[in-house]
Amino acid sequence: MSTNIQELEKLANNIRIEIINQVYAAQSGHPGGSLSIADIMAVLYFNELNVNPQNPTWEDRDRVVLSKGHCAPALYATLALKGYFNISELQNLRKIDAILQGHPDMKKVPGVDMTTGSLGQGLSCANGMAISAKLDNKNYRVYAILGDGEIEEGQIWEAAMAAHKYKLDNLCVIVDNNNLQIDGKIEDVMSPYPIDEKFKSFGFEVININGNNVKEILQALEKAKTIKEKPTCIIAKTTKGKGVSFMENKAEWHGKAPNEEQYKQAIQELKK
Amino acid sequence: MNIDKKIATRQSYGEALLEVGTKNKNIVVLDADLSTATKTNIFAKQFPERFFDLGIAEQNLIGTAAGMATCGKIPFVSTFAVFAAGRAYDQIRNSICYPNLNVKICATHAGITVGEDGATHQMLEDISLMRTLPNMTVMCTSDDTQTKWAIEEISKIQGPVYLRLCRLASPVIYEENTKFEIGKATQIGDGTDATIFATGITVAESLKAQEILKSQGIQVRVVDFNTIKPIDEEIIIKCAKETKKLISVEDHNIIGGLGSAISEVLTSKYPKKLERMGINDVFGKSGKAEELLKHFKIDSEAICNIVNFM
Repeated sequence: MSTNIQELEKLANNIRIEIINQVYAAQSGHPGGSLSIADIMAVLYFNELNVNPQNPTWEDRDRVVLSKGHCAPALYATLALKGYFNISELQNLRKIDAILQGHPDMKKVPGVDMTTGSLGQGLSCANGMAISAKLDNKNYRVYAILGDGEIEEGQIWEAAMAAHKYKLDNLCVIVDNNNLQIDGKIEDVMSPYPIDEKFKSFGFEVININGNNVKEILQALEKAKTIKEKPTCIIAKTTKGKGVSFMENKAEWHGKAPNEEQYKQAIQELKK
Repeated sequence: MNIDKKIATRQSYGEALLEVGTKNKNIVVLDADLSTATKTNIFAKQFPERFFDLGIAEQNLIGTAAGMATCGKIPFVSTFAVFAAGRAYDQIRNSICYPNLNVKICATHAGITVGEDGATHQMLEDISLMRTLPNMTVMCTSDDTQTKWAIEEISKIQGPVYLRLCRLASPVIYEENTKFEIGKATQIGDGTDATIFATGITVAESLKAQEILKSQGIQVRVVDFNTIKPIDEEIIIKCAKETKKLISVEDHNIIGGLGSAISEVLTSKYPKKLERMGINDVFGKSGKAEELLKHFKIDSEAICNIVNFM
Protein backbone atom coordinates (compact mmCIF):
# COMPACT_ATOMS: atom_id res chain seq x y z
CA MET A 1 0.00 0.00 0.00
CA SER A 2 1.80 3.04 -1.28
CA THR A 3 -0.57 5.74 -0.11
CA ASN A 4 -1.67 6.13 3.48
CA ILE A 5 -5.25 6.15 4.69
CA GLN A 6 -5.44 9.87 5.50
CA GLU A 7 -4.17 10.77 2.06
CA LEU A 8 -6.74 8.50 0.41
CA GLU A 9 -9.52 9.98 2.53
CA LYS A 10 -8.44 13.43 1.44
CA LEU A 11 -8.41 12.31 -2.19
CA ALA A 12 -11.91 10.86 -1.80
CA ASN A 13 -13.02 14.21 -0.44
CA ASN A 14 -11.42 16.02 -3.36
CA ILE A 15 -13.27 13.67 -5.72
CA ARG A 16 -16.52 14.60 -3.94
CA ILE A 17 -15.78 18.33 -4.33
CA GLU A 18 -15.16 17.85 -8.05
CA ILE A 19 -18.36 15.80 -8.40
CA ILE A 20 -20.35 18.67 -6.94
CA ASN A 21 -18.45 21.22 -9.05
CA GLN A 22 -19.23 19.27 -12.22
CA VAL A 23 -22.90 18.64 -11.57
CA TYR A 24 -23.39 22.26 -10.50
CA ALA A 25 -21.65 23.54 -13.64
CA ALA A 26 -23.67 21.22 -15.85
CA GLN A 27 -26.89 21.82 -13.93
CA SER A 28 -27.64 18.16 -14.53
CA GLY A 29 -26.10 14.79 -13.75
CA HIS A 30 -26.08 12.22 -10.97
CA PRO A 31 -24.54 13.35 -7.67
CA GLY A 32 -26.03 10.73 -5.29
CA GLY A 33 -24.43 7.56 -6.65
CA SER A 34 -21.26 9.45 -7.62
CA LEU A 35 -20.73 10.56 -4.02
CA SER A 36 -21.34 7.03 -2.71
CA ILE A 37 -18.44 5.57 -4.73
CA ALA A 38 -15.90 8.37 -4.16
CA ASP A 39 -13.95 6.37 -1.56
CA ILE A 40 -13.85 3.32 -3.81
CA MET A 41 -12.61 5.41 -6.74
CA ALA A 42 -9.91 7.04 -4.59
CA VAL A 43 -8.57 3.71 -3.36
CA LEU A 44 -8.72 2.11 -6.81
CA TYR A 45 -6.98 4.86 -8.77
CA PHE A 46 -4.56 6.16 -6.13
CA ASN A 47 -3.51 2.89 -4.55
CA GLU A 48 -4.60 -0.18 -6.40
CA LEU A 49 -4.56 0.18 -10.15
CA ASN A 50 -1.55 -0.40 -12.32
CA VAL A 51 -2.23 2.38 -14.80
CA ASN A 52 -0.35 5.17 -16.53
CA PRO A 53 -2.23 8.43 -17.16
CA GLN A 54 0.43 9.35 -19.74
CA ASN A 55 -0.39 6.20 -21.67
CA PRO A 56 -4.12 5.57 -21.12
CA THR A 57 -4.37 2.72 -23.64
CA TRP A 58 -1.28 0.84 -22.37
CA GLU A 59 -2.23 -2.76 -23.07
CA ASP A 60 -1.00 -4.18 -19.77
CA ARG A 61 -2.96 -1.72 -17.63
CA ASP A 62 -5.60 -2.69 -15.11
CA ARG A 63 -9.09 -1.93 -16.40
CA VAL A 64 -12.11 -0.35 -14.74
CA VAL A 65 -15.62 -0.67 -16.11
CA LEU A 66 -18.02 1.77 -14.48
CA SER A 67 -21.09 -0.26 -15.31
CA LYS A 68 -23.27 2.23 -13.44
CA GLY A 69 -22.30 4.73 -16.08
CA HIS A 70 -24.53 7.53 -14.81
CA CYS A 71 -21.98 8.00 -12.02
CA ALA A 72 -19.59 9.39 -14.61
CA PRO A 73 -18.90 12.51 -12.50
CA ALA A 74 -17.08 10.30 -9.96
CA LEU A 75 -15.02 8.68 -12.71
CA TYR A 76 -14.25 11.98 -14.45
CA ALA A 77 -13.23 13.67 -11.17
CA THR A 78 -10.93 10.76 -10.39
CA LEU A 79 -9.36 10.65 -13.85
CA ALA A 80 -8.76 14.41 -13.79
CA LEU A 81 -7.16 14.30 -10.34
CA LYS A 82 -5.03 11.38 -11.48
CA GLY A 83 -3.79 13.44 -14.42
CA TYR A 84 -5.52 11.88 -17.43
CA PHE A 85 -6.78 15.31 -18.52
CA ASN A 86 -6.88 18.86 -17.24
CA ILE A 87 -9.09 19.44 -14.23
CA SER A 88 -10.60 22.50 -15.91
CA GLU A 89 -12.27 20.10 -18.37
CA LEU A 90 -14.65 19.10 -15.57
CA GLN A 91 -16.43 22.41 -15.99
CA ASN A 92 -17.63 21.20 -19.40
CA LEU A 93 -19.48 18.09 -18.23
CA ARG A 94 -22.54 17.38 -20.41
CA LYS A 95 -21.97 20.49 -22.53
CA ILE A 96 -22.04 20.49 -26.29
CA ASP A 97 -18.67 19.53 -27.82
CA ALA A 98 -17.31 18.40 -24.43
CA ILE A 99 -15.37 15.14 -24.16
CA LEU A 100 -17.21 14.51 -20.89
CA GLN A 101 -20.51 13.08 -22.12
CA GLY A 102 -23.42 12.46 -19.75
CA HIS A 103 -22.31 8.83 -19.64
CA PRO A 104 -18.70 7.61 -20.15
CA ASP A 105 -17.50 7.41 -23.74
CA MET A 106 -14.26 5.45 -24.14
CA LYS A 107 -13.60 7.01 -27.53
CA LYS A 108 -13.68 10.54 -26.15
CA VAL A 109 -12.24 10.43 -22.63
CA PRO A 110 -8.67 9.30 -21.92
CA GLY A 111 -8.72 6.69 -19.16
CA VAL A 112 -12.26 5.42 -19.77
CA ASP A 113 -11.87 1.72 -20.53
CA MET A 114 -15.45 1.00 -21.56
CA THR A 115 -18.39 2.98 -22.83
CA THR A 116 -21.30 2.49 -20.43
CA GLY A 117 -24.65 3.98 -19.59
CA SER A 118 -27.28 1.43 -20.49
CA LEU A 119 -27.40 -0.43 -17.18
CA GLY A 120 -26.47 -4.07 -16.83
CA GLN A 121 -23.97 -4.23 -19.67
CA GLY A 122 -20.63 -3.50 -18.00
CA LEU A 123 -20.03 -6.79 -16.25
CA SER A 124 -20.18 -8.69 -19.54
CA CYS A 125 -17.60 -6.31 -21.00
CA ALA A 126 -15.39 -6.71 -17.94
CA ASN A 127 -15.63 -10.48 -18.40
CA GLY A 128 -14.47 -10.08 -21.99
CA MET A 129 -11.45 -8.10 -20.82
CA ALA A 130 -10.62 -10.63 -18.08
CA ILE A 131 -10.91 -13.54 -20.54
CA SER A 132 -8.61 -11.67 -22.95
CA ALA A 133 -6.02 -11.23 -20.20
CA LYS A 134 -6.01 -14.98 -19.63
CA LEU A 135 -5.80 -15.72 -23.36
CA ASP A 136 -2.79 -13.44 -23.65
CA ASN A 137 -1.16 -14.59 -20.40
CA LYS A 138 -1.24 -11.06 -19.06
CA ASN A 139 -1.46 -10.14 -15.39
CA TYR A 140 -3.75 -7.17 -15.54
CA ARG A 141 -6.86 -7.10 -13.38
CA VAL A 142 -10.34 -5.92 -14.25
CA TYR A 143 -12.66 -4.06 -11.88
CA ALA A 144 -16.38 -3.70 -12.58
CA ILE A 145 -18.39 -1.23 -10.51
CA LEU A 146 -22.09 -2.05 -10.36
CA GLY A 147 -25.02 -0.27 -8.81
CA ASP A 148 -27.25 -2.19 -6.42
CA GLY A 149 -30.29 -1.15 -8.44
CA GLU A 150 -28.44 -2.05 -11.62
CA ILE A 151 -28.18 -5.68 -10.62
CA GLU A 152 -31.93 -5.95 -11.17
CA GLU A 153 -30.93 -6.27 -14.84
CA GLY A 154 -30.93 -9.90 -15.99
CA GLN A 155 -27.74 -9.49 -18.03
CA ILE A 156 -25.77 -9.08 -14.79
CA TRP A 157 -26.65 -12.62 -13.80
CA GLU A 158 -25.88 -13.98 -17.27
CA ALA A 159 -22.45 -12.40 -16.85
CA ALA A 160 -22.08 -13.66 -13.27
CA MET A 161 -22.59 -17.23 -14.51
CA ALA A 162 -19.95 -16.72 -17.19
CA ALA A 163 -17.41 -15.16 -14.77
CA HIS A 164 -17.64 -18.33 -12.72
CA LYS A 165 -17.47 -20.65 -15.74
CA TYR A 166 -14.26 -19.02 -16.94
CA LYS A 167 -12.77 -18.86 -13.41
CA LEU A 168 -12.08 -15.16 -13.72
CA ASP A 169 -9.93 -14.63 -10.64
CA ASN A 170 -8.55 -11.53 -12.35
CA LEU A 171 -12.02 -9.97 -12.11
CA CYS A 172 -13.22 -8.02 -9.10
CA VAL A 173 -16.83 -6.86 -9.01
CA ILE A 174 -17.73 -4.03 -6.65
CA VAL A 175 -21.42 -3.51 -5.90
CA ASP A 176 -22.19 -0.01 -4.67
CA ASN A 177 -24.90 -0.93 -2.18
CA ASN A 178 -26.28 2.52 -1.37
CA ASN A 179 -29.76 1.04 -1.11
CA LEU A 180 -31.53 3.60 -3.29
CA GLN A 181 -32.67 3.74 -6.89
CA ILE A 182 -34.71 6.38 -8.69
CA ASP A 183 -38.10 5.20 -7.49
CA GLY A 184 -37.05 4.60 -3.89
CA LYS A 185 -35.42 1.95 -1.72
CA ILE A 186 -34.17 -1.01 -3.71
CA GLU A 187 -36.01 -3.47 -1.48
CA ASP A 188 -39.27 -1.65 -2.23
CA VAL A 189 -38.78 -1.20 -5.97
CA MET A 190 -37.38 -4.67 -6.80
CA SER A 191 -35.25 -6.20 -4.11
CA PRO A 192 -31.98 -7.78 -5.19
CA TYR A 193 -31.31 -8.85 -1.58
CA PRO A 194 -29.60 -10.90 -0.31
CA ILE A 195 -26.93 -9.63 -2.71
CA ASP A 196 -24.07 -11.47 -1.02
CA GLU A 197 -25.88 -14.82 -1.01
CA LYS A 198 -26.81 -14.37 -4.68
CA PHE A 199 -23.23 -13.77 -5.80
CA LYS A 200 -22.02 -16.58 -3.53
CA SER A 201 -24.46 -19.00 -5.16
CA PHE A 202 -23.23 -17.85 -8.58
CA GLY A 203 -19.74 -18.98 -7.54
CA PHE A 204 -18.13 -15.73 -6.40
CA GLU A 205 -15.94 -15.14 -3.37
CA VAL A 206 -17.93 -12.47 -1.54
CA ILE A 207 -16.55 -9.78 0.78
CA ASN A 208 -18.92 -7.50 2.69
CA ILE A 209 -17.50 -4.10 3.66
CA ASN A 210 -18.37 -0.55 4.53
CA GLY A 211 -17.73 1.02 1.14
CA ASN A 212 -17.21 4.46 2.60
CA ASN A 213 -14.35 3.23 4.79
CA VAL A 214 -10.99 3.52 3.05
CA LYS A 215 -9.29 0.97 5.26
CA GLU A 216 -11.95 -1.66 4.59
CA ILE A 217 -11.79 -0.99 0.84
CA LEU A 218 -8.01 -1.40 0.90
CA GLN A 219 -8.24 -4.68 2.77
CA ALA A 220 -10.99 -6.06 0.53
CA LEU A 221 -9.06 -5.27 -2.67
CA GLU A 222 -5.95 -6.90 -1.17
CA LYS A 223 -7.90 -10.01 -0.28
CA ALA A 224 -9.52 -10.18 -3.72
CA LYS A 225 -6.08 -10.54 -5.29
CA THR A 226 -5.39 -13.66 -3.24
CA ILE A 227 -8.54 -15.47 -4.41
CA LYS A 228 -7.76 -18.03 -7.09
CA GLU A 229 -9.91 -19.90 -9.62
CA LYS A 230 -13.00 -17.76 -9.07
CA PRO A 231 -14.11 -14.14 -9.31
CA THR A 232 -14.54 -11.90 -6.28
CA CYS A 233 -17.49 -9.65 -5.48
CA ILE A 234 -17.10 -6.89 -2.92
CA ILE A 235 -20.46 -5.76 -1.57
CA ALA A 236 -19.75 -2.19 -0.55
CA LYS A 237 -22.38 -0.83 1.82
CA THR A 238 -22.42 2.88 1.14
CA THR A 239 -24.43 6.01 1.75
CA LYS A 240 -25.95 7.60 -1.32
CA GLY A 241 -25.01 11.29 -1.40
CA LYS A 242 -22.21 10.62 1.13
CA GLY A 243 -20.50 13.77 2.41
CA VAL A 244 -23.25 16.27 1.64
CA SER A 245 -25.72 16.29 4.52
CA PHE A 246 -28.85 17.18 2.61
CA MET A 247 -28.11 14.68 -0.17
CA GLU A 248 -27.43 11.70 2.08
CA ASN A 249 -29.90 8.83 1.78
CA LYS A 250 -32.24 10.84 -0.42
CA ALA A 251 -33.39 9.15 -3.64
CA GLU A 252 -34.30 12.55 -5.06
CA TRP A 253 -30.57 13.38 -5.33
CA HIS A 254 -30.03 10.45 -7.70
CA GLY A 255 -30.10 12.70 -10.73
CA LYS A 256 -30.50 16.33 -9.77
CA ALA A 257 -28.17 19.33 -9.70
CA PRO A 258 -27.88 21.67 -6.70
CA ASN A 259 -28.94 25.30 -6.96
CA GLU A 260 -26.51 28.06 -5.96
CA GLU A 261 -27.36 28.00 -2.28
CA GLN A 262 -27.22 24.22 -2.11
CA TYR A 263 -23.97 24.23 -4.04
CA LYS A 264 -22.34 26.63 -1.59
CA GLN A 265 -23.48 24.57 1.36
CA ALA A 266 -22.27 21.33 -0.21
CA ILE A 267 -18.81 22.72 -0.94
CA GLN A 268 -18.61 24.26 2.51
CA GLU A 269 -19.41 20.91 4.13
CA LEU A 270 -16.88 19.06 1.96
CA LYS A 271 -14.10 21.60 2.58
CA LYS A 272 -14.49 21.41 6.35
CA MET B 1 -25.31 -20.68 -61.14
CA ASN B 2 -24.98 -24.33 -60.23
CA ILE B 3 -28.45 -25.54 -59.27
CA ASP B 4 -27.14 -28.99 -58.34
CA LYS B 5 -24.50 -27.82 -55.88
CA LYS B 6 -26.28 -26.43 -52.85
CA ILE B 7 -24.59 -25.15 -49.69
CA ALA B 8 -26.14 -23.15 -46.85
CA THR B 9 -24.29 -19.89 -46.18
CA ARG B 10 -24.02 -20.84 -42.50
CA GLN B 11 -21.99 -23.87 -43.57
CA SER B 12 -19.73 -21.69 -45.73
CA TYR B 13 -19.33 -19.39 -42.71
CA GLY B 14 -18.25 -22.24 -40.43
CA GLU B 15 -15.66 -23.41 -42.93
CA ALA B 16 -14.34 -19.92 -43.64
CA LEU B 17 -14.09 -19.17 -39.94
CA LEU B 18 -11.70 -22.06 -39.48
CA GLU B 19 -9.58 -20.70 -42.30
CA VAL B 20 -9.33 -17.10 -41.04
CA GLY B 21 -8.93 -18.32 -37.48
CA THR B 22 -5.95 -20.42 -38.52
CA LYS B 23 -4.27 -17.38 -40.07
CA ASN B 24 -5.13 -14.83 -37.36
CA LYS B 25 -4.70 -15.82 -33.73
CA ASN B 26 -6.56 -12.72 -32.55
CA ILE B 27 -9.79 -14.17 -33.87
CA VAL B 28 -12.02 -15.53 -31.13
CA VAL B 29 -15.44 -17.08 -31.63
CA LEU B 30 -18.41 -16.74 -29.30
CA ASP B 31 -21.68 -18.61 -29.49
CA ALA B 32 -24.82 -19.05 -27.39
CA ASP B 33 -25.56 -22.78 -27.30
CA LEU B 34 -26.15 -23.01 -31.04
CA SER B 35 -22.70 -23.88 -32.34
CA THR B 36 -23.87 -27.01 -34.14
CA ALA B 37 -26.51 -24.96 -35.99
CA THR B 38 -24.45 -21.83 -36.61
CA LYS B 39 -21.51 -24.06 -37.63
CA THR B 40 -19.05 -22.34 -35.29
CA ASN B 41 -18.45 -25.86 -33.98
CA ILE B 42 -16.01 -26.35 -36.86
CA PHE B 43 -13.79 -23.63 -35.40
CA ALA B 44 -14.46 -24.83 -31.82
CA LYS B 45 -13.16 -28.29 -32.62
CA GLN B 46 -9.87 -26.97 -33.96
CA PHE B 47 -9.35 -24.07 -31.53
CA PRO B 48 -11.20 -24.86 -28.29
CA GLU B 49 -9.11 -22.31 -26.35
CA ARG B 50 -10.39 -19.51 -28.60
CA PHE B 51 -14.00 -20.64 -28.61
CA PHE B 52 -16.47 -19.46 -25.97
CA ASP B 53 -19.91 -20.94 -25.51
CA LEU B 54 -21.75 -18.42 -23.34
CA GLY B 55 -24.89 -20.50 -23.07
CA ILE B 56 -28.41 -19.27 -23.66
CA ALA B 57 -27.56 -15.69 -22.72
CA GLU B 58 -27.32 -13.47 -25.79
CA GLN B 59 -27.03 -10.13 -23.99
CA ASN B 60 -23.93 -11.39 -22.19
CA LEU B 61 -22.69 -12.91 -25.45
CA ILE B 62 -22.60 -9.50 -27.12
CA GLY B 63 -21.17 -7.70 -24.08
CA THR B 64 -18.38 -10.23 -23.67
CA ALA B 65 -17.41 -9.79 -27.31
CA ALA B 66 -17.33 -6.02 -26.82
CA GLY B 67 -14.96 -6.36 -23.85
CA MET B 68 -12.68 -8.69 -25.81
CA ALA B 69 -12.61 -6.27 -28.74
CA THR B 70 -11.30 -3.52 -26.43
CA CYS B 71 -8.32 -5.80 -25.74
CA GLY B 72 -7.45 -6.28 -29.41
CA LYS B 73 -9.31 -9.50 -30.05
CA ILE B 74 -11.44 -9.91 -33.19
CA PRO B 75 -14.60 -11.56 -31.93
CA PHE B 76 -16.89 -13.39 -34.35
CA VAL B 77 -20.20 -13.79 -32.59
CA SER B 78 -22.90 -16.17 -33.70
CA THR B 79 -26.41 -17.10 -32.79
CA PHE B 80 -29.71 -17.05 -34.67
CA ALA B 81 -30.52 -13.67 -36.22
CA VAL B 82 -33.62 -13.22 -34.08
CA PHE B 83 -31.60 -13.57 -30.87
CA ALA B 84 -28.68 -11.43 -32.06
CA ALA B 85 -30.35 -8.43 -33.69
CA GLY B 86 -33.54 -8.75 -31.64
CA ARG B 87 -32.76 -10.02 -28.16
CA ALA B 88 -29.43 -8.24 -27.84
CA TYR B 89 -30.25 -5.07 -29.79
CA ASP B 90 -29.41 -2.68 -26.96
CA GLN B 91 -26.11 -4.45 -26.28
CA ILE B 92 -25.20 -4.21 -29.96
CA ARG B 93 -26.18 -0.55 -29.94
CA ASN B 94 -24.52 0.64 -26.75
CA SER B 95 -21.63 -1.78 -26.16
CA ILE B 96 -20.54 -2.31 -29.78
CA CYS B 97 -21.74 0.31 -32.24
CA TYR B 98 -21.50 3.43 -30.09
CA PRO B 99 -17.86 2.73 -29.13
CA ASN B 100 -17.29 1.43 -32.68
CA LEU B 101 -15.74 -1.84 -31.53
CA ASN B 102 -14.35 -4.46 -33.84
CA VAL B 103 -16.98 -7.17 -33.40
CA LYS B 104 -18.33 -9.31 -36.25
CA ILE B 105 -21.87 -10.51 -35.64
CA CYS B 106 -22.54 -13.41 -37.98
CA ALA B 107 -26.19 -14.22 -37.48
CA THR B 108 -27.58 -17.39 -39.01
CA HIS B 109 -31.16 -18.61 -39.55
CA ALA B 110 -32.41 -15.26 -40.84
CA GLY B 111 -35.67 -14.93 -42.74
CA ILE B 112 -38.69 -17.16 -43.34
CA THR B 113 -36.46 -19.83 -44.87
CA VAL B 114 -35.79 -20.97 -41.29
CA GLY B 115 -38.90 -22.97 -42.14
CA GLU B 116 -40.57 -25.33 -39.70
CA ASP B 117 -39.61 -23.46 -36.49
CA GLY B 118 -42.09 -20.77 -37.42
CA ALA B 119 -42.57 -17.08 -36.69
CA THR B 120 -40.73 -16.83 -33.35
CA HIS B 121 -37.52 -17.91 -35.05
CA GLN B 122 -37.96 -16.27 -38.46
CA MET B 123 -36.12 -12.95 -38.17
CA LEU B 124 -37.60 -10.48 -40.65
CA GLU B 125 -36.50 -7.19 -39.08
CA ASP B 126 -32.76 -7.57 -38.62
CA ILE B 127 -31.61 -5.65 -41.69
CA SER B 128 -33.88 -2.83 -40.64
CA LEU B 129 -32.68 -2.78 -37.03
CA MET B 130 -28.99 -3.10 -37.83
CA ARG B 131 -29.09 -0.61 -40.68
CA THR B 132 -30.11 2.26 -38.40
CA LEU B 133 -27.11 1.81 -36.11
CA PRO B 134 -24.26 4.26 -36.80
CA ASN B 135 -20.86 2.61 -37.46
CA MET B 136 -22.50 -0.70 -38.41
CA THR B 137 -21.79 -2.36 -41.76
CA VAL B 138 -24.70 -4.61 -42.77
CA MET B 139 -24.08 -7.53 -45.11
CA CYS B 140 -26.12 -10.43 -46.46
CA THR B 141 -24.40 -12.94 -48.69
CA SER B 142 -26.00 -15.03 -51.38
CA ASP B 143 -23.87 -18.13 -51.81
CA ASP B 144 -20.92 -20.18 -50.67
CA THR B 145 -18.28 -18.28 -52.64
CA GLN B 146 -19.49 -14.86 -51.56
CA THR B 147 -19.82 -15.89 -47.91
CA LYS B 148 -16.28 -17.25 -47.76
CA TRP B 149 -15.01 -14.04 -49.33
CA ALA B 150 -17.02 -11.99 -46.82
CA ILE B 151 -15.60 -13.75 -43.77
CA GLU B 152 -12.04 -13.23 -44.99
CA GLU B 153 -12.79 -9.60 -45.81
CA ILE B 154 -14.55 -8.62 -42.58
CA SER B 155 -11.77 -10.20 -40.53
CA LYS B 156 -9.47 -7.57 -42.05
CA ILE B 157 -11.57 -4.42 -41.70
CA GLN B 158 -11.99 -2.44 -38.47
CA GLY B 159 -15.40 -1.84 -36.94
CA PRO B 160 -18.66 -3.64 -36.31
CA VAL B 161 -20.25 -5.81 -38.98
CA TYR B 162 -23.60 -7.58 -39.04
CA LEU B 163 -23.59 -10.45 -41.52
CA ARG B 164 -26.93 -12.11 -42.24
CA LEU B 165 -26.74 -15.81 -43.03
CA CYS B 166 -29.20 -18.50 -44.00
CA ARG B 167 -30.18 -21.91 -42.77
CA LEU B 168 -31.40 -23.19 -46.13
CA ALA B 169 -28.97 -24.79 -48.56
CA SER B 170 -28.89 -22.68 -51.71
CA PRO B 171 -27.23 -22.95 -55.13
CA VAL B 172 -23.61 -21.95 -55.61
CA ILE B 173 -23.85 -18.85 -57.80
CA TYR B 174 -20.27 -17.71 -58.21
CA GLU B 175 -17.12 -19.41 -59.35
CA GLU B 176 -14.30 -19.64 -56.84
CA ASN B 177 -12.20 -16.48 -56.55
CA THR B 178 -14.90 -14.21 -57.97
CA LYS B 179 -14.04 -10.64 -56.97
CA PHE B 180 -16.40 -8.81 -54.60
CA GLU B 181 -16.17 -5.61 -52.65
CA ILE B 182 -17.90 -4.43 -49.48
CA GLY B 183 -20.43 -1.76 -50.45
CA LYS B 184 -20.44 -2.84 -54.11
CA ALA B 185 -23.23 -4.93 -55.58
CA THR B 186 -22.70 -7.50 -58.34
CA GLN B 187 -24.62 -7.15 -61.58
CA ILE B 188 -25.53 -10.39 -63.33
CA GLY B 189 -26.72 -9.97 -66.92
CA ASP B 190 -27.40 -6.70 -68.68
CA GLY B 191 -31.06 -6.96 -69.73
CA THR B 192 -32.89 -3.66 -69.99
CA ASP B 193 -36.51 -4.77 -69.51
CA ALA B 194 -36.15 -4.87 -65.73
CA THR B 195 -33.68 -4.90 -62.85
CA ILE B 196 -34.20 -7.30 -59.99
CA PHE B 197 -32.39 -6.11 -56.88
CA ALA B 198 -31.84 -8.99 -54.47
CA THR B 199 -29.83 -10.05 -51.43
CA GLY B 200 -29.06 -13.35 -49.74
CA ILE B 201 -31.38 -16.24 -50.50
CA THR B 202 -33.49 -14.27 -53.03
CA VAL B 203 -30.54 -13.87 -55.39
CA ALA B 204 -30.82 -17.50 -56.50
CA GLU B 205 -34.60 -17.10 -56.91
CA SER B 206 -34.00 -13.99 -59.02
CA LEU B 207 -31.52 -15.84 -61.22
CA LYS B 208 -34.06 -18.62 -61.75
CA ALA B 209 -36.62 -15.96 -62.72
CA GLN B 210 -34.07 -14.42 -65.09
CA GLU B 211 -33.80 -17.75 -66.95
CA ILE B 212 -37.57 -18.24 -67.14
CA LEU B 213 -38.14 -14.68 -68.36
CA LYS B 214 -35.39 -15.08 -70.94
CA SER B 215 -37.28 -18.01 -72.45
CA GLN B 216 -40.26 -15.68 -72.74
CA GLY B 217 -38.16 -13.06 -74.50
CA ILE B 218 -37.84 -10.75 -71.52
CA GLN B 219 -34.33 -9.62 -70.68
CA VAL B 220 -33.68 -8.76 -67.05
CA ARG B 221 -30.58 -8.13 -65.01
CA VAL B 222 -30.10 -9.27 -61.43
CA VAL B 223 -28.19 -7.12 -58.93
CA ASP B 224 -26.86 -8.96 -55.88
CA PHE B 225 -26.24 -6.76 -52.83
CA ASN B 226 -23.68 -8.40 -50.56
CA THR B 227 -23.79 -5.17 -48.55
CA ILE B 228 -26.94 -3.30 -47.59
CA LYS B 229 -25.13 -0.63 -45.63
CA PRO B 230 -23.32 1.18 -47.08
CA ILE B 231 -25.64 0.68 -50.07
CA ASP B 232 -24.20 0.80 -53.58
CA GLU B 233 -25.86 4.01 -54.80
CA GLU B 234 -24.03 4.03 -58.09
CA ILE B 235 -25.44 0.74 -59.36
CA ILE B 236 -28.99 1.67 -58.27
CA ILE B 237 -28.89 4.92 -60.25
CA LYS B 238 -27.27 3.19 -63.23
CA CYS B 239 -29.95 0.50 -63.34
CA ALA B 240 -32.72 3.05 -62.86
CA LYS B 241 -31.41 4.84 -65.94
CA GLU B 242 -30.82 1.75 -68.06
CA THR B 243 -33.83 -0.48 -67.35
CA LYS B 244 -37.57 -0.05 -67.73
CA LYS B 245 -38.74 -1.63 -64.47
CA LEU B 246 -37.20 -1.84 -61.00
CA ILE B 247 -37.99 -4.61 -58.54
CA SER B 248 -36.48 -5.48 -55.19
CA VAL B 249 -36.94 -8.86 -53.53
CA GLU B 250 -35.88 -9.95 -50.07
CA ASP B 251 -36.57 -12.53 -47.38
CA HIS B 252 -37.27 -9.71 -44.89
CA ASN B 253 -40.07 -7.36 -43.98
CA ILE B 254 -40.59 -4.90 -46.84
CA ILE B 255 -40.29 -2.18 -44.20
CA GLY B 256 -36.70 -1.22 -43.51
CA GLY B 257 -34.80 -3.78 -45.55
CA LEU B 258 -33.13 -3.84 -48.97
CA GLY B 259 -36.16 -2.37 -50.76
CA SER B 260 -36.29 0.52 -48.32
CA ALA B 261 -32.55 1.15 -48.66
CA ILE B 262 -32.90 1.27 -52.46
CA SER B 263 -35.99 3.50 -52.21
CA GLU B 264 -34.02 5.97 -50.10
CA VAL B 265 -31.44 6.27 -52.88
CA LEU B 266 -34.03 6.55 -55.65
CA THR B 267 -36.07 9.14 -53.79
CA SER B 268 -33.19 11.53 -53.40
CA LYS B 269 -31.03 10.73 -56.43
CA TYR B 270 -33.19 9.43 -59.31
CA PRO B 271 -36.94 9.22 -58.59
CA LYS B 272 -38.42 6.14 -60.23
CA LYS B 273 -41.00 3.54 -59.28
CA LEU B 274 -39.67 0.51 -57.39
CA GLU B 275 -41.78 -2.60 -56.81
CA ARG B 276 -40.77 -3.94 -53.40
CA MET B 277 -41.20 -7.67 -52.88
CA GLY B 278 -40.73 -9.15 -49.44
CA ILE B 279 -42.66 -10.21 -46.38
CA ASN B 280 -45.54 -7.77 -46.35
CA ASP B 281 -45.41 -6.62 -42.72
CA VAL B 282 -46.69 -9.87 -41.26
CA PHE B 283 -45.04 -12.55 -39.13
CA GLY B 284 -43.89 -15.77 -40.73
CA LYS B 285 -45.23 -19.27 -40.09
CA SER B 286 -44.21 -22.91 -40.08
CA GLY B 287 -43.69 -24.83 -43.27
CA LYS B 288 -40.94 -26.01 -45.58
CA ALA B 289 -38.61 -23.24 -46.73
CA GLU B 290 -39.54 -23.70 -50.39
CA GLU B 291 -43.24 -23.65 -49.52
CA LEU B 292 -42.77 -20.46 -47.57
CA LEU B 293 -40.87 -18.73 -50.37
CA LYS B 294 -43.86 -19.52 -52.60
CA HIS B 295 -46.48 -18.64 -49.97
CA PHE B 296 -44.95 -15.25 -49.24
CA LYS B 297 -44.41 -14.63 -52.96
CA ILE B 298 -40.68 -14.15 -52.98
CA ASP B 299 -39.85 -17.14 -55.19
CA SER B 300 -38.90 -17.16 -58.87
CA GLU B 301 -42.53 -17.60 -59.98
CA ALA B 302 -43.67 -14.55 -58.04
CA ILE B 303 -40.76 -12.52 -59.43
CA CYS B 304 -41.72 -13.52 -63.00
CA ASN B 305 -45.32 -12.49 -62.34
CA ILE B 306 -44.30 -9.09 -61.06
CA VAL B 307 -42.01 -8.48 -64.03
CA ASN B 308 -44.81 -9.46 -66.40
CA PHE B 309 -47.61 -7.51 -64.82
CA MET B 310 -45.90 -4.52 -63.25
